[in-house]
Amino acid sequence: MSAADAYDPSGPARDFHAAALRRDQWRERMGLAGLAAPALLLVTVTLLVPVGWLFGLSFLDDSGAFSLEHYRRMLSEPSYARTFITTFEISLATTLICILLGYPLAYFLSQLPRRAANLCMIAVLLPFWTSLLVRTYAWLVLLQRSGLINTWGIKLGLWSEPLQLVHNAGGTLIGMVHIMLPFMVLPLYGTMRAIDGNLLRAAASLGSTPVHGFWTVFFPLSLPGLAAGASLVFVLCLGFYVTPAMLGGGKVTMVSNRIANDIELFFNWGAASALGVVLLVITLMVLVLAARLSRGAGPFGAGQGS
Amino acid sequence: MSRQPMMPTRTAFALALVLFSAAPALAQELTVVSFGGSYQEGQSKALFQPAAKALGIKIKEETYTSIADLRLKVKAGAVTWDVVASGSGSAARAGAEGILEKLDYKVIDTSSFLPGTAQDYCVGGDVFSTVLAWNTKTYGQNGPQSWADFWDVKKFPGKRSYRKGVAGALEPALMADGVPPNKVYEVLSQPGGIERAIKKIRELKPHIAVWWSSGAQHAQLMKDGEVDMITGWNGRFDVAAKDGAKVAYTFNQALLDYDCFAVAKGAPNKDLAMKFLAEISKPQYQAEFTKYITYGPTNKKAYDGGAIDAAYAKSLPSHPDNAGKQLTIDLDWYIKFEAQASAAYQNMLTE
Repeated sequence: MSAADAYDPSGPARDFHAAALRRDQWRERMGLAGLAAPALLLVTVTLLVPVGWLFGLSFLDDSGAFSLEHYRRMLSEPSYARTFITTFEISLATTLICILLGYPLAYFLSQLPRRAANLCMIAVLLPFWTSLLVRTYAWLVLLQRSGLINTWGIKLGLWSEPLQLVHNAGGTLIGMVHIMLPFMVLPLYGTMRAIDGNLLRAAASLGSTPVHGFWTVFFPLSLPGLAAGASLVFVLCLGFYVTPAMLGGGKVTMVSNRIANDIELFFNWGAASALGVVLLVITLMVLVLAARLSRGAGPFGAGQGS
Repeated sequence: MSRQPMMPTRTAFALALVLFSAAPALAQELTVVSFGGSYQEGQSKALFQPAAKALGIKIKEETYTSIADLRLKVKAGAVTWDVVASGSGSAARAGAEGILEKLDYKVIDTSSFLPGTAQDYCVGGDVFSTVLAWNTKTYGQNGPQSWADFWDVKKFPGKRSYRKGVAGALEPALMADGVPPNKVYEVLSQPGGIERAIKKIRELKPHIAVWWSSGAQHAQLMKDGEVDMITGWNGRFDVAAKDGAKVAYTFNQALLDYDCFAVAKGAPNKDLAMKFLAEISKPQYQAEFTKYITYGPTNKKAYDGGAIDAAYAKSLPSHPDNAGKQLTIDLDWYIKFEAQASAAYQNMLTE
């Protein structure tokens, strides 16, 4: 029994209080809604309306009549299915490499004293200060046949013929991982910092080895950060355009590249819109599936939920 | 609102100045859009600025990337461009689509133009070639001379680069497959013709290191020595060679094509645009343009009177000695078959 029940004021007074509380709650809600309104409006105007418009366009043919020709074309030309498969393969590979590189890095950073960790964090964030285009070009300069890596490798006698490091899927992956790694490290680092070190000490005091303690205590607690980082990286990868166009040598056609191609080729926007719609739908399906698999950890991890 | 403080006089004055200068009160202003880079720089110096001076108008220059940009403007009913520089193929398709104005050939004199370079919606500005170029460090000055050589990986081992888009990609393949140049479009128009060309490209695919998608890119690939053999636009290779790239090319079996100028549908200064096109189509302008990039004139008279140095003229794609060795791009074929060919090409690329 709570204290409120013990107080037990007479009927009308309780109703009065309840009504006042409800009014307050309502006022607070409206206040919050009011504060959120500009952002909501922005999202509606800049996201929902164009996406809806795109969705509509994808069902129109050259004459503006309803038609499924754009979707039919996607099924009849095998290159479209291959483009989607490439997109998901490249995105998945980038995400996995980012996890392999990013998790140990974030773990290392989270174990450092704050000051040192902050310094290292600057190094992680440094690439954000340069434009994506410049960074991608830089990889081209490093990786090409007469590039720095091949020239040095041959001079040092490590290999004799120039290696094909770029203008293929490998080069694209190198560029994409470089760009995406901070998006993996940041949420992971945040989650790991928030894990209470006493839990690991408690595990150790109960006889767990450091490795066992890591896998049974630390790793599960870091999963929300991992889920957030992985979904962020994966979804951003799906929309990549510049990097595969420049480092893929024309062999890596992702959906964005195909959309650009179709905008040039066809008279109406429908063909390109349909590609966008299919990508959106598949992405949503993948995210829902991923959320189901990670048992309610939500597509964006929802931070430190326990 | 009355409670708002009075606008400071200086600001009001500045505002008025801006408003007035925006209105074409003194000289009429024409907006011209082209592809930027060294190409547009040459156009600006040789064509746009001198023509503006001659006509007593002002020119505003912009750049764009593809005809899709124009489509967006026309469909949105917000056309701010008058004259649009374009490739011949895109212009033909855009004309058929209805986003260009029909040109007034009563105003523009094309009587001395090369045949086929003045279409309904676009008047030729310069002639360029899609040529076979090679790395002189790999093959020396006497490199591959035909598309059959380009396909011959035993005689000419090395990395190739080919175009990612279908435009100008199927013709060389058929010539390499033994089709004589004058029969190429006949074969391509027959059922199975496109497939035959694509089958030939599929054969070479393992040796193609890069599928290029822009002129800047194919010039850079040769500058960096990234590939040994490539297809591409002759002028870009000359500019690259001038910058020290080890590159040479042949006009043999090259594809002769041209760039042109069109007027956007609903252009704000349509009549002035026609006059402007008439001006820059004159031989003296076209002769001047060749000094900036090795693209030839579409107006044959530009060769008259020594306006173009005789030795230099021999290096231009439309010089009779060179034009005779080449196959002229067939725009009608592209209007009819490009979408179909592109789909097949994409299928081959993504295999």
